[in-house]
Formats: sequence, C-alpha cells, structure tokens
Amino acid sequence: MADYLNSYLFIGAILFTLGAFGVLVRRNIIVVLLSVELMLQGVNLSLGAFSTFYHDMGGYMLVLLSLAIAAAEAVVGLAILVALSRHVDEFYVDRLKSLRW
Amino acid sequence: MSDLACTWLGLMATIFGLGTVLLRSPVHSALSLVMVVFHVAGLFVLMGAGFLAALQVIVYAGAIIVLFLFTMMLLNLEQHDNEPHMHRYQKWLGFPLGGALLIEATWIALAQANPSETLLGKYSPERLSELGGTAFGIADAMFTSYLLPFEVAGVLLLAASVAALSLARKPDEDIMKAMPDMVSDAAGSMTQPSVQESKLNQSPTERGDNH
Repeated sequence: MADYLNSYLFIGAILFTLGAFGVLVRRNIIVVLLSVELMLQGVNLSLGAFSTFYHDMGGYMLVLLSLAIAAAEAVVGLAILVALSRHVDEFYVDRLKSLRW
Repeated sequence: MSDLACTWLGLMATIFGLGTVLLRSPVHSALSLVMVVFHVAGLFVLMGAGFLAALQVIVYAGAIIVLFLFTMMLLNLEQHDNEPHMHRYQKWLGFPLGGALLIEATWIALAQANPSETLLGKYSPERLSELGGTAFGIADAMFTSYLLPFEVAGVLLLAASVAALSLARKPDEDIMKAMPDMVSDAAGSMTQPSVQESKLNQSPTERGDNH
C-alpha cells in the first residue's frame, strides 16, 4: 500500500473533505481557520505524493510554497480576528451580520 | 511493514482530522490539528521526504498552531462557550453534501494509477529520495529552477506581516491622542525645505502658519 500513489491521495482527499466540511458547518471563527489549515494539510500530502511518484521536484517545492502561504494566511486571519475582537466581542460567524442583507 | 505504517498513519490522521472538525472547544481542535500534522509528517517520511516532514512539523506545529493558541489565550475564548446550534439547512444539507464530496474525492483519488514510465520526471527514485530528504536537495532545487516562486513567497510573507501589524494595532484615534505633538511635528518638518530655514521659524505661531 505504501508503494501506491492511490493510498496517499486517498488520505489527502479525506483530510481535504473534512476541512471543507468544517469550514462550511462550524460557526466558531477559530475552528473555521483551523479547518482551512486541515484542507492545506490534505493538499500538501497529495502534492508530496505526486512529486514522489512522478520522480520530480516540483511537488516538493509547491509544498514549501504552500507552507509559506499557510503561515501568511493564518497570520492575516488571526490579525483580523484580533481587530474584530476590538470592535464587536463576537466569535461566531452567523452573528456577524453587517455584510448580510 | 511500511504498508502497516501507511494504514496506521492514515487512520490516525483521519481520526484526528475528525476531532479537529467536531470537537467543541477550539483549544482541543487546535491540539487535534497538531496530531494531524504529526501524522502527515510521518506519511512524508514514508514517502522519503524527510526534510519536508521536519519543515512541516516546525512550521505548522511550532509556529502556526502556537499562534492560534496564543490568540485564543489573548482573546479569552473559553468564556464564549455557547456556540449556536446549526441551521436546519446546515444539518440537512451539510452532511449529505459533505458525504457526496468525500465520495467524489476518494473516487478520483482511487482512480489514479501509478504513473506510466513515459510520464516520469528526470530523477531516479534513489536520487529523488536523496534530494527530497535532505536540506541540500531542497535548497538545490529552490535556488535554481524555483528561484522566482521563492522570491515571491518572501514578498508575500513581508506583505502578510505588514498587514497583520496594521490590522491588529490599536485604532488610529488612540495614536493621535497619545502623541499629537509628534504627529504635527512630523507634518511640519515635511513642509520645511531645509534645516536652516526650520531653525529660523522656530516660534510655534509661525509654524502653525506654515501648514
């Protein structure tokens, strides 16, 4: 099993789906951001597996880029959360309604 | 042996991924995500990309999740433990659509066969595991063929840190209130053409006239 591309892609697909499900269903902003990180984990695993099984370095480089982007995304997301906590003391996405009609 | 390791790591990653999504407390979710990161790093080791596994653990578990935990600590999130119930639509559409997405994604993943010989890249498996597993190999690729993405990532990180600083600082009025003299001084010295001239007009009334 460890010698097949399938198995890694399978695990990556499960992690990605769980992350997408968490983004759509959970209300807490922190858990939504954590679910985005979970999706990135699944994508990283698939990229690394493709790189290994196609004998190319491109996937590994994409994993590194995705790490940098995940860090940037987490930093900006949490900064928005801190700014939000200054204005409204509310951490649940469906109670923040000012952009909803 | 490696089959067993692959199954075990995948199973545990799935279980802890479920924990990340379903646990009620955000701190427990974050700790569960740390375990997912460790197991994904284990899968990277199994693929022969040991250096990436180390980077993964350092960046995710060491930096990103710690940042999340610090934010939770600063915002005192445990007091807000009344997450509202799901909408009706979320309950009745979320689970079937999530299941459908899972089935589609795993279908596509399982349909991928190992690549045929004609599609393989230029590295032999031994050479690739040597390159992917060490800092030398990663740096060799990063600073030659992939230099431009590397530089772009650097610019992105700079932009993200500046954005985080400007988003998370106190609002502007507080700064103006705290040091109004410094702000008006800076504005005044910008309109002055030279140091000598600004020394000539040192009385506050004249400076007020100048700008």
